[in-house]
Amino acid sequence: MSAPKTLYDKIVDEHRILSFDESGAAGERLLLYIDRTVLNEYTSPQAFSGLRAAGRTPWRPAASLGVVDHVNSTNPDREAGELDDGARRQIEYLGENGRDFGIEIFDLFDPRQGIEHVVMPELGLVLPGMVIAAGDSHSTTYGAFGVVGFGIGTSDIEHLLATQTLVYRRLRTMRITIDGTLAPGVTAKDLIMEVIRRIGADGAAGHAVEFAGEAIGALGVEARMTICNMAVECGARVALMAPDDKVVEYIAGCPRAPSAGLLTQARAEWQALCSDPGARFDKEIALDAGDIPPMVSWGTSPDQSLAITGAVPDPDDLPAERRADAVRAMAYMGLAPHMRLQDIAIDRAFIGSCTNARLTDLRDAARILRGRKVAPGVRAMISPGSSGVRRAAEEEGIDRIFIEAGFEWRRSGCSLCLAMNDDSLAPGERCASSTNRNFEGRQGIGGRTHLMSPAMVAAAAVTGRLADVRELAAEELD
Amino acid sequence: MERFIRLSGRAAAMPAANIDTDVIMPKAFLKGIDRSGLARGLFHDLRFDESGAVRDDFILNRADMAETRFLLVGPNFGCGSSREHAVWGMLQYGIRGIIGSSYGAIFADNAANNGLLLLSLPLEQVAALMAELDDGAGEMTVDLDAQRIAVGGYAAGFDIDPATRRALMLGLDRIGETLTHADRIRAFEKAYLGRKPWLMGAER
Ligand code: SF4
Repeated sequence: MSAPKTLYDKIVDEHRILSFDESGAAGERLLLYIDRTVLNEYTSPQAFSGLRAAGRTPWRPAASLGVVDHVNSTNPDREAGELDDGARRQIEYLGENGRDFGIEIFDLFDPRQGIEHVVMPELGLVLPGMVIAAGDSHSTTYGAFGVVGFGIGTSDIEHLLATQTLVYRRLRTMRITIDGTLAPGVTAKDLIMEVIRRIGADGAAGHAVEFAGEAIGALGVEARMTICNMAVECGARVALMAPDDKVVEYIAGCPRAPSAGLLTQARAEWQALCSDPGARFDKEIALDAGDIPPMVSWGTSPDQSLAITGAVPDPDDLPAERRADAVRAMAYMGLAPHMRLQDIAIDRAFIGSCTNARLTDLRDAARILRGRKVAPGVRAMISPGSSGVRRAAEEEGIDRIFIEAGFEWRRSGCSLCLAMNDDSLAPGERCASSTNRNFEGRQGIGGRTHLMSPAMVAAAAVTGRLADVRELAAEELD
Repeated sequence: MERFIRLSGRAAAMPAANIDTDVIMPKAFLKGIDRSGLARGLFHDLRFDESGAVRDDFILNRADMAETRFLLVGPNFGCGSSREHAVWGMLQYGIRGIIGSSYGAIFADNAANNGLLLLSLPLEQVAALMAELDDGAGEMTVDLDAQRIAVGGYAAGFDIDPATRRALMLGLDRIGETLTHADRIRAFEKAYLGRKPWLMGAER
């Protein structure tokens, strides 16, 4: 019998066309076959320009999908949405590249438009065992399906389009095992924020991280996507979870899923997509889900976060190497040591992004918002993860709950996650946000971001400050 | 891709940890469809204030840093968004090499694909190099051929991945290289997709 293998190595081996050094170990340089990609309007243009300049064409155009998501307005009246010239040119160029090279494009007016990492899975284009590389760092999201997903830059997009491959370096492996049960009010977002806090913004750098344990198995597929999505914020290049029956059921309900016969055939193979007993990981970490509280970030790096019941840290209590960064982050965030997190007042609330804007996220937030109102002085927005999510929510009547609470019910796009469109924070504005990055200026120059789960954003919106969802809504959470 | 063999030039220290690509290339510069005009965007919000005036306190704005060729950086430099604009902006600005302890993974790949040299040295060694700069050392020399770095009174060898080194020194066209294996790719693809018919079933 061959040596036990990790799930990551199994998938890489299955996609290895040739090896440049035949080592089979971490660091091996190999030519990796890529099953699919998704292109957006802002990281793909120069890749297409490069192809055109070299007189090359895409290797397998059907393996690509293009989606407009980063620069578009989320104005509810799509026709009236403001686009600046740059954004308009990028959207037009994506369309032109689709037409010229035979690549399917969901433009702004397509009913399937949405954030790329929400659209791909909901269509059924993400299937266990695949390798999916795309020009966006949160391509790790697909790991929830047992897919090796990772972000690439524009030169590699061009390489992938031209050759259907990437020159790839095999990663080291890490397993994060999470047993136990999440407490009421604690979500997948809190879980991954706690992982990032513990291991640091580069704690998984250079690693493919497999999430395992009973707490992962207990989560729905959408919650698992939240974890894999945000794993990139601790440096994970790939996040993976072994696919189970929930994943197969999820896929079976999607419009582009393989037909029933093919699915049965696939299912047999997907059962082998797990790490073998005894497989060795370069690093192992274990957490108990029951210990995890609702989390919020206080700083400007996703690892600068704490339990909502806590207070802004005193830099003197931090390890020496983290002190200078903490002081800088506090100055930017307008916070002082020892301030109670729950005393921090907010100006804005945002639910959106590929991390937390799927239907289950919207339901989580709506449960808190039902019968409540956004606090005076707070501007609250929701941008569903895709046009499909938006429609589904409207069919359930969730839109009414948001609107009656005082949220703006926006169109889909990346929106305030990176504020490349007209949704952005003014300098000094403070936002409770369901997104993934609290970097300086991420949501607008001088804007201050606090990351948290959608339910926690809802709690903050209605109280006007960072708030513990468990105190606010004990009944709703049972 | 411009070759990198041996280069001497000014080095600027930016010791903060986790300097992300949003800071290196703010989103206002991401709306192009070509690669031009990104020198202006590099560290834009650190170099210029809201009115567009030069911030004198930022290291690259110092008079003696006008011709900076190297950055000495803190841990996890270039984390965050995949935007290759960050690397294009570095090169257009004139930065040819970055010396630090660790990097965002996508940033590192982007750098390799564009001929921007990234050196990963132990933290203590980065600190020693920064200390030389604090002492007023001017020029840094990186010799990729000999795998040596020198600044002020400090000189040391370094390790670098041989494939990356070779690509940097030769300025290779990576797509052209891969396409020399086109037959292998085609044969692999046929067998692979034949074995897993449900993969094509997912397509339009
Ligand atoms: S929602 Fe945010 S993180 Fe996700 S793809 Fe868009 S910009 Fe990137």
